[in-house]
Amino acid sequence: MDYLNIALPKGRLGEKVYDMFERIGYGCPAIREKNRSLIFENHENKVRYFWSKPSDVAIYVERGAADIGVVGKDILLEYEPDIYELLDMNIGKCRMCVAAPDIFRDNPEKTLRVATKFVNIARAHYAKKGRDIEICKLNGSIEIAPILGMTDVIVDIVETGTTLKENNLEVIESIIPISARLVANKASTKFKNEQIADIRKRLQEVIEK
Amino acid sequence: MGTYNYNDTTLYNLRMLYEQMGYKRFKMSKFEEYDLYLEYKKFLSTENIITFTDLHGKLFALKPDITLSIAKNAKPGEAQKLYYKENVYRASRETKEYKEITQLGLEYIGDIDAYTLGEVVLLAARSLKAVSSNYVLDISHMGFVSALLDTADLSDSRKEKLIGFLGKKDTHELLSSCEHYGVEPETAQRIAMLSEIYGDFESTYPQIRELAVTPAMVDAAEELKALYDFLKASGEGEHINLDFSIVNDMSYYNGVIYRGYVESVPCSVLSGGRYDNLLKKLGKDCQAIGFAVYVDILELYAKYEKEYDVDVLLCYDKGVSPVKISEKATEFTAQGKSVKVLNTVPEGLKYKQLVTITEEGE
Repeated sequence: MDYLNIALPKGRLGEKVYDMFERIGYGCPAIREKNRSLIFENHENKVRYFWSKPSDVAIYVERGAADIGVVGKDILLEYEPDIYELLDMNIGKCRMCVAAPDIFRDNPEKTLRVATKFVNIARAHYAKKGRDIEICKLNGSIEIAPILGMTDVIVDIVETGTTLKENNLEVIESIIPISARLVANKASTKFKNEQIADIRKRLQEVIEK
Repeated sequence: MGTYNYNDTTLYNLRMLYEQMGYKRFKMSKFEEYDLYLEYKKFLSTENIITFTDLHGKLFALKPDITLSIAKNAKPGEAQKLYYKENVYRASRETKEYKEITQLGLEYIGDIDAYTLGEVVLLAARSLKAVSSNYVLDISHMGFVSALLDTADLSDSRKEKLIGFLGKKDTHELLSSCEHYGVEPETAQRIAMLSEIYGDFESTYPQIRELAVTPAMVDAAEELKALYDFLKASGEGEHINLDFSIVNDMSYYNGVIYRGYVESVPCSVLSGGRYDNLLKKLGKDCQAIGFAVYVDILELYAKYEKEYDVDVLLCYDKGVSPVKISEKATEFTAQGKSVKVLNTVPEGLKYKQLVTITEEGE
């Protein structure tokens, strides 16, 4: 049997996801060792894990370098990769929101300036409302943009809202709920169907509702 | 692994496969009037089309697709079996750049009965087999999918949304959208089940049969079964899977649709189906089915790992007579060896044997 390649997002979410995989019998002890390896294999259950930047997981899966992976719905909505979305993992839950400084009042006579990492999501959201916007694409610390007056609002993921509050921003609109998804490469699902179907079934049993 | 075998002769073999079954090559121009694509935009998998104005001021496009041009020229009442090998021009979704893509395809236009359907799908299966012994041909039926969605009584745009989730096997979103649209739980469950069905034909067919609650669904299921029996009798049964996540636009495709995969290529390499609805829209009273092979993808994943660039490097000194050099080269090519003739030894060239000729001889 071939190895099943699994891409996990680096960080807290990825560790939570790995715990779930371990619980369903797809563990890989090497991953717990503190070293600089990037790829971890378990010969017994034929799995190979690797950590990647969360936004890259979808690319690894779409191109078949990973057969399956776990990625946030935000990334799937933004990049629309051609892959299967097999499960809602019900973790990493947050919301895609529009937020603005508490003094903000929308003036529909003017083009709205929007700072975001999620250009496509923001564009689709405002296109639906017929609102004219100007997008400013940023790669991090989006909250700064309206504080410095660079934009009027931001479109970003909000988990607890603490960062927003500390920067005097508040959610003015909720766009869509986000959570982590189990995704699979389409061709892998044909040739490694048994392994992938088994993982999906077992994960389904441990996902907290 | 290691069964993937795409090389210089593959394209030729595929063409021979089609010619042997009486399909004639259809050669066409690179351009088409832009209006055609504007009108049938949703049939295309791309939205970006390269356009230009011709010398009379008419707007033309570099073809992004061949099927549409073939369908446009179809003559009802006359069965046509043809294949094509053409370049098409599409924008890459990722890089947003135009790409020239070689497409090999086969089309049948005329009355379709169980035999013709079987012949075309069998040729699709054999095309995959020519590339890899480990291949999968997934089949689905748009008639089945749309009949199932008809039981939910939804608007076309909502149906399209559900079809999108079906294509991603996203059972979770399917169920929550059905709930949001007010679809009865029983019907919603049935739609969700359709997205979960995957596997070899014989073990999944009973599930499909169970889902079939309307006469249209029963007909579609039976058509799939008859097709499978035909393919099995032709020796390709074990490679056929049922998969309802292959979905195409309902307004163009109606009956059986299919998609092919070969091991070690991470995306589909063949796709096709029955598109009577497109012909109807073009005002033609006939039926059609076909498929396209994605030659660019096959080439991209082909492994050319030659140990040597050339068998013999034949190096000659200045002053050696050209006739003598040529005679020496011919000596090697006659033995079936490849030979590169140069007057210096280049860096980085990998050769099996080095032969130098000077004025005195070898």
